[in-house]
Amino acid sequence: MAFYSTSEFKGGLKIMLDGDPYNIVENEFVKPGKGQAFNRVRVRNLKTGRTVEKTFKSGDTVEAADVHDTDMQYLYNDGEEWHFMDPESFEQMTANAPAVGEAAKWIKDNDMCRVTLWNGVPLAVDPPNFVVLRIVETDPGLKGDTSGGGGKPATLETGAVVRVPLFVQTDELIKVDTRTGEYVSRAKE
Amino acid sequence: MTISAATDWQPSATLARLRARAGLLARLRQFFAERDVWEVETPLLSAAAVTDPALASFSVHRASGGHCGYLHTSPEFPMKRLLAAGSGAIYQICKVFRDDERGRRHHPEFSLLEWYRPGWDYRQLMDEVAAVVRLALEQPALTVEIIRYRELFWERLALDPWTASVDQMRAIAQTAGVATAQLELDHDGWLDLLLTHCLETDLGRNGMTFICDYPPSQAALARIRPDAVPVAERFELYLQGIELANGFTELGDAGEQRARFEADLAERHAQQLPLPPVDGHFLAALAAGLPDCAGVALGLDRLLMLATGATDIDAVLAFPIERA
Repeated sequence: MAFYSTSEFKGGLKIMLDGDPYNIVENEFVKPGKGQAFNRVRVRNLKTGRTVEKTFKSGDTVEAADVHDTDMQYLYNDGEEWHFMDPESFEQMTANAPAVGEAAKWIKDNDMCRVTLWNGVPLAVDPPNFVVLRIVETDPGLKGDTSGGGGKPATLETGAVVRVPLFVQTDELIKVDTRTGEYVSRAKE
Repeated sequence: MTISAATDWQPSATLARLRARAGLLARLRQFFAERDVWEVETPLLSAAAVTDPALASFSVHRASGGHCGYLHTSPEFPMKRLLAAGSGAIYQICKVFRDDERGRRHHPEFSLLEWYRPGWDYRQLMDEVAAVVRLALEQPALTVEIIRYRELFWERLALDPWTASVDQMRAIAQTAGVATAQLELDHDGWLDLLLTHCLETDLGRNGMTFICDYPPSQAALARIRPDAVPVAERFELYLQGIELANGFTELGDAGEQRARFEADLAERHAQQLPLPPVDGHFLAALAAGLPDCAGVALGLDRLLMLATGATDIDAVLAFPIERA
């Protein structure tokens, strides 16, 4: 089992707290003029996404979390789980709904995703920053509107709903920024 | 050679701030020259090291591999040897070294201004510290507030730091959201947590705030005044929530100093920390007779941060340790 001392703390370090893996978001070293030093950290729970503050006595050690990111290809959903494949080793893995989370509404077969593994098991899935998806349903827009001002909701093939300009129609492909959930542009096949 | 970013050769401070440092040093030297306090230099590398369990000295090895000594964490011991030798009022501007201290206000190598005033007590020295800060910041009207450590905790946390139990302090820290159930600290550790996490940011909001009269358990090298409730004649200066200086009416009793060193070493042993050699020259100087005096150490990098509106110590250093 690996351990980190507080002197190794920095943003991005993965540690175990109360049995859950956490990512250090921010580390601040605090010390009175004389006396006990502390490391005051903001940490994000990699299972729940929640961010909390913790204070450690400087010099204490914390168990390292075996967490790393890997790029994997999304293959299919079998109704319960999402199947991914390592494009180099062809090794396959399944991720459950809590791990896939919000990514479920953006990814489709063959998309490359960033999969966070904890002890070799998918913990979180990040979709590509940009995805191209087909609109399956949207109201016909007003004729002649090319500005995109205002907009209307459109349902995509993955089930996601995004606001699109009025001139965009059903069956068209659009590019979406998955980090904001916003329409970027129309796209070609 | 290590691979570094293309811009890592450049200073992390602007040249304007580095020039401000030069100006600050010049003003400080003039200040002490005018007051007949003379500048001294003492060794950075010494055979003995500080015993305070909260300070980590860098240990230095010879090129041939043998142990050579320690980089000082403050010039306090050799400066007191000069005082015992009859120096009179002295000051020093030097680099000091503290391992494991790195953050927005901490850098393992930093600049200290330390000075001693024979015949003065800590109250008189607080006035002079205030004068130095006004000069350094070029704010002649900067106000001073002095608050006792006990009053501070009582007024702001309804807690008596002398008698509070660990459970009481833990409860306050947990209510404030700054401690988890797992955090284990001793009495002074909890006081340090409350001070740094709950009180510090408000200290020195509208001017200089001196905290004085510390619990005897936090005396460090201060004299303990035998009042009905004994207090250590120690002060700390805060400005804009930043701790700037620490001063004492200096302990001159060699026997008590030796007992404090031994208590420090026992605590270090309990915490499995290195046990450095105690400074025998310093103890011999106290035994020979340290004049009654007050002394203070002031962090120059933090003073420069305040003078130039910097929020990170890297912004006032030419080359922080990561690019040193």
